[in-house]
Amino acid sequence: MLPETAHHHPPALAHHFDDLGQQHEAATLGMWVFLVTEVLFFGGLFLVYSVYRSLYTDAFAAGSRELDLTLGAINTAVLISSSLTMALAVHAAQLGHRRVLMLFLVATMALGGVFLGIKGYEYYTKFVEHHVPGPSFQFEREFFRHAQIFFSLYFLMTGLHAVHMIIGFGIMAVMLLWAWKGTITAEYYSPIEISGLYWHFVDIVWIFLFPLLYLIGRHGH
Amino acid sequence: MDTSHILPTRIYYTIFAILLLCTYLTVQIAFVDLGRLNAVAALTIAVFKAVLVVLFFMHVRYSTRLTWVVVIAAVFWLMILLALTAGDYLTRWRGTYG
Repeated sequence: MLPETAHHHPPALAHHFDDLGQQHEAATLGMWVFLVTEVLFFGGLFLVYSVYRSLYTDAFAAGSRELDLTLGAINTAVLISSSLTMALAVHAAQLGHRRVLMLFLVATMALGGVFLGIKGYEYYTKFVEHHVPGPSFQFEREFFRHAQIFFSLYFLMTGLHAVHMIIGFGIMAVMLLWAWKGTITAEYYSPIEISGLYWHFVDIVWIFLFPLLYLIGRHGH
Repeated sequence: MDTSHILPTRIYYTIFAILLLCTYLTVQIAFVDLGRLNAVAALTIAVFKAVLVVLFFMHVRYSTRLTWVVVIAAVFWLMILLALTAGDYLTRWRGTYG
């Protein structure tokens, strides 16, 4: 390659890629491969949940009824809203609208913060109600043992989801910094795109957690 | 830079509205006694919501075939994980686990 051509490389293009399109595709594909491992990571927990629920259906339904459906539904709406602001952040990045991008990143982080706050309050009430598995666990005698399996899975699954939210919050903070510094441009928005993929994935996990944990025991009561 | 994949924001707002509507629906259906179908209905709505997020918010609808292969691979391996394990546990004698 002639030195003159090398001179015209876009500044955001790493030299091992032919062009920005190929670089963007590689970044997106890499993120998707990571998300496959995440699907199987959470999939294992969904599997454990399914097996135990099939064995102790009534205890799981009784445990599910103790969760705060209103807060769970509000949190679902909050997370879907954060996915919208994330999608709009990617859109702003594609157009090179730096201020709008920063605004939507802040909105996404704020909604993520609201979600974690509500989740934290729910955890607090579980401790107050003695619904945390362990020596101080209290529940109807009939379901005492098996409801603890439900609540163990509740804390494990929502806890792992919350850890992902906290990591996502950190990623968004870095993206906000990059947007502020001007690293993100209309031709180099891949970091925002793949951070968005991660954020939407975490949203999808909650889309399944909400009905499985909060809704399964509601009918007929 | 290829700008053909920049979607009008109208699509994002529409998907957002459908997702909220589905959340409302799934909560309402949960209170109707459908027996075993309650779980089926809840999961069907959840899968529908997830597909919308993947196709539009995550842009898979407009992505390369290679991305499609990876996404379908995720679902395929998840199904192996769930189906083979369920095939074992669900066909055993329940008394084993008292």
